[in-house]
Amino acid sequence: MRRCSIVALAVALLPAVIAAQSPARPLEVPYRQFQLANGLNVILHRDTSVPIVAVNVWYHVGSANERPGRTGFAHLFEHLMFEGSKNVKEGEFDTLLEAAGGNNNGSTSNDRTNYVIDVPSSALDLALYLESDRMAYLLDTMSPARVDGQRDVVKNERRQSYENRPYGMASIELDKMLWPAGHPYSWPTIGYMEDLTAASYDDVVQFFKRYYAPNNASLVIAGDIDYDRTKALVERWFGEVPKGPALEPIAPPPAVLTGVKRQTMTDRVRLSKLFLGWLTPRIYAPGDATLDVVSSVLAGGKNSRLYKRLIYDTQMAQDVEATQQSGPLGSSFIIEVTVRPDHTVAEVQKAIDEELDKLKQEPPSEREVERAINQIEASFYRRMQRVGGFGGKADQLNSYYVAGGGPDFFAEDLARYTSLSRSDVQAAVAQWLPAERRVELIVNPEEKAR
Amino acid sequence: MNLHSLVHRGLKAQGSGLMVTGLAALVAVLMASATTFTQTRAERSRPPSLGPAPQLKIPPIEKRTLSNGLPVWIVEAPEVPLAQVNLVIHAGSSDDAANASGLASFTAAMLDEGAGTRSSLQIADEVEFLGAALNTSSSFDASAVRLNVPVRRLRAGLAVMADIALRPTFPAAEVERLRQERLTALLQAKDDAASVAPLAFARIVFGPAHRYGTAATGNSATLKTMTAEQMRAFHAAWYRPSNATLIVAGEVTATGVLPLLEEAFGGWAKAAPVSRTPVPAAPQLTARQVSIVDMPSAAQSQIRIGGVGVARSTPDYFPLLVLNTILGGSFTSRLNQNLREEHGYSYGASSRFDMRLSPGPVQAGAGVQSDKTSESLTEFFKELREIAATVSDAELVKAKNYIALGFPSEFETITDLTSHLEEMAVYKLPDTYFSQYIANVQAVTAAAVQKAAATYILPEKFAVVVVGDRKAIEPGIRALNLGPIRALTVDEVVP
Repeated sequence: MRRCSIVALAVALLPAVIAAQSPARPLEVPYRQFQLANGLNVILHRDTSVPIVAVNVWYHVGSANERPGRTGFAHLFEHLMFEGSKNVKEGEFDTLLEAAGGNNNGSTSNDRTNYVIDVPSSALDLALYLESDRMAYLLDTMSPARVDGQRDVVKNERRQSYENRPYGMASIELDKMLWPAGHPYSWPTIGYMEDLTAASYDDVVQFFKRYYAPNNASLVIAGDIDYDRTKALVERWFGEVPKGPALEPIAPPPAVLTGVKRQTMTDRVRLSKLFLGWLTPRIYAPGDATLDVVSSVLAGGKNSRLYKRLIYDTQMAQDVEATQQSGPLGSSFIIEVTVRPDHTVAEVQKAIDEELDKLKQEPPSEREVERAINQIEASFYRRMQRVGGFGGKADQLNSYYVAGGGPDFFAEDLARYTSLSRSDVQAAVAQWLPAERRVELIVNPEEKAR
Repeated sequence: MNLHSLVHRGLKAQGSGLMVTGLAALVAVLMASATTFTQTRAERSRPPSLGPAPQLKIPPIEKRTLSNGLPVWIVEAPEVPLAQVNLVIHAGSSDDAANASGLASFTAAMLDEGAGTRSSLQIADEVEFLGAALNTSSSFDASAVRLNVPVRRLRAGLAVMADIALRPTFPAAEVERLRQERLTALLQAKDDAASVAPLAFARIVFGPAHRYGTAATGNSATLKTMTAEQMRAFHAAWYRPSNATLIVAGEVTATGVLPLLEEAFGGWAKAAPVSRTPVPAAPQLTARQVSIVDMPSAAQSQIRIGGVGVARSTPDYFPLLVLNTILGGSFTSRLNQNLREEHGYSYGASSRFDMRLSPGPVQAGAGVQSDKTSESLTEFFKELREIAATVSDAELVKAKNYIALGFPSEFETITDLTSHLEEMAVYKLPDTYFSQYIANVQAVTAAAVQKAAATYILPEKFAVVVVGDRKAIEPGIRALNLGPIRALTVDEVVP
C-alpha cells in the first residue's frame, strides 16, 4: 500500500522530468598499462581537469599476512615507510612533499597496504623519486630507534582510535568471534598491544625483503600527465628496484558459523549497543553486491526497513548501520544498533529479526531496490571526480587491478548492482543472514554490569 | 562494499593557497633535464627539482539574479554528470534567539522533516530515488541546504530542494523525534573525550553566557524547551531571497540552468532585507588557567590549549594561515613533529584558528597517552612560546608553498568548489579572492608571521583544558605550576 502511494506521488509531481531523463553516461576510465622487468605493474590514467597528479602504490600485503604474536605489524611497517630511506633523510619525505604543495598518506587493511601521494603536476618527478627510493632502499637507513619511535605513535593510534573511543574495542571482539582462531581476519589490523611491544628491528628487515618488492606491488599514476614522459620517468626511477621472492597466496582455514555465538562486554559508555554479524561471500563473488543492496534496504535512509522501524517509528534506537565488509578471503555482514535509554537490547534484537524474516518471506518492493541502486550509481560518479587520496580514481584503478578484473572495471562493477532483482535481494537475506548461524555481541555500560 | 578494518597513517592537515612565483625560475631548470630522461641509473643524491607551478584554471563565476532578487552564482564545471546546488542562508547559530541556543541548527535539521505537501518519509524516498544527496545544516555564521544530484535528474531534485528550503512545515511529531535524537546525541558525546574536549574548551574560553561558549547545536536545557513555533519564526525571519545566495556548479551552463532555478526558486516571495547583529567579541582571559575534566581510566588525555582568536575579516588572515601551517596545520608542523615524531606521545597534534564573523577560538590540541600528559603539556608550551621568537626561511618557504601549490587540489570536486564559493558569499570576500590568493600567501614575511604569533599566540593567557583520568594525571599537571587548577565533571562542561 505504501508503495502505491509513493509511485503516485512521483508521477503526479514530476511527469515531464521523468520522461525527459536521458540514460546515464557510460562509465569509462581510459588507461595504459605496462610491466617493468622487475615485475612492477604500472597503470597510467590521464585526467587534466585539475593540474594535480596522484601516485598510488599498493603492496599486496596486509594484516592477513601477519603471524601470531606479531599482529599489527603490517600497519606498524607502513608507518616506517615515511621515516626516510637511503637517499631521503628522516623527515625529508614529508618536508619535500609539503614544500611542493603535496599531501601523502598510507593505510593498511587486512589484505593490502596502500600509499598515496598527491602533488601538483610539477612535482611528479619528486613523488616518483621518493616512492621508488623507499621501495628500493628503505633498509639502508632503518634502525631500531626508528622502529621504537613509530611503535610509540602506533600505540597511541590504538589508544586514540580504539581504547579511548566509545565502542572502539567492539570491532576487535567481533572479528575474533566471527573468524575461527588462526584465520587471518580474526586478529585486528591495529594489532594487540603486547604484539606491538614485541615487534623488532629484525622483523622489519624480514618483512621488507619478503613483501616490499616491485613484483608484489602495483603503481597507478593518475591525473595531469603525459603518457610517454610518465612511462619514461617510471622506468628511470623504478627500473633499478630489485625483484623479490615469489609469494604463495594465503591459504586460510575454512570459516563457517555453525550456530549462534553470543557475548557481552562493557565499555565506558552510557548506551548499550548491539552488533549482529554473519560470514558472507568474498568481494566480487556472487552475493557480495547483493548484500550491499541488502544493507541499503535495511539501513540506507529513513525509509529503510530497520531505520524506519527502530529509529523513525518506535524510536527505540539512536542509530543503525548495516554493512557488507568485503574482503578477498571472505566478507562479513554487520548490523549495529545503539539502543536508546529506556529500551533494551532484547527489544531491538526482536525487531531486527522480525524485519529480516519479512525480507526472507517477501521480496522488497521494486521502489526499494531501485532507490538503493540509484544511490549506488550516483556514488560511482561522485568518486570519479577525484584522482587522488583514498578512494579516488588512482586508488580505485589499483583496487580493481588487484581484484583481477582489470583496472577499468567501473562499468562492470556498477553492472553487478544494476542487474539485481527484488528476488535476488530476498534470496540473499534468506541465504546469508540466518538467525541461527551468526554472532551477537552486546556492549553494555559499565554501570549496568556492576 | 566497505573494506575490512582500515588503519591510516595519520590525520593529515589541510592546506590552502595557489601557485608559486618565486620558485618558478628555479624550477624551470629542472623541467629541461626532466624531459631528457634516459635509461641510465637515476641520480638520487639530490631530490629532483620541481617543474614550473601549474596554473589553476578556475572557471569564471557567472553572477546572476532571479526575478525575486535571489543572487545566483554559477560555475560551469563539466567533468562528471553531476550538479551541486547550495542555497546559503545568511543566518546561523550566531542569530539564535536569547535562551534558545541551538535554534538555527534545529531549524535547519527540521527542513527535510516535512515540506510543502511532502512528509519526512516522502522527502527521503524521493531524494534517494533520484540518487541525490541532500542535506541541511547550520553553522555559527550560516545555514545551508545542499543538493548533489545526477544532472539528468536536476529538475526533479530542485523541486524537492525548493520545498525543503522555502516551505518546511515543522510537524510536531517530527520535532519531538529530532529533539530526542539530539538529546541522545548530546548524552553520547559525554562518552567520548575527543567530543568533550572542544565543548569544554569553548565553554571555558567564551563562558556560558557567550554564544560561542555553547555548541551550535545547543545544550540539553535549550533543546528541551525549543518549540516548532520558534523554528517557524526563525525561518520566516531569516530564510528570504534578500538574505540568501544560490550557488550552482557542475555539468551545467548558465543559460541552461537559469530557467530551472527560476522555476524552483523564482516564486520565493520577496521580503525586506534583514540586518544581523554580530556576536560581541569575547574578552581574552587575563591569566592562564587549567581545567581538568575527569574521565576515569581514560587511555589518553585530550588536551586543548588556547583562547579567543580572530574574526574571518582579520587583515592578518594570510600571515595567520602561514603561522598556523608552521605551528600545527601540517604534518611537518612543529607541534606534530614534536609530540608525535620526536616524542611519540601522540598519534597527531595540531592547531587551528576558527575564524567566524566574530572572533572564534584559536587552539592547539592532541590526544596524548595518559602517563605522558604533563610531559606533553611542557612540549606544547615550549612550541607555543617559541613560535613568536623564530621562524626560519626554510620553514616559511615550505609553509607558503604547501598552501599555495596545494590550492588547486581544493577545487577537484564540485562539492569542494561550491564550499569555497560559500565561504566567499558568507564572508563577503572580493571577486578577486581566488586570483589573488597565491600572491597574498607568497607576500607573507617571516616578520609578519612572528608579529601574528606575538599578537595571537598567548601562552601566558591561554586556557588549558585536559579531558582525562584525573587521578592519574593531576599530580603531574600540578607540578608544572601552569596556574590555578579547576576540577570539573563531564556534566558540568557538557550541560
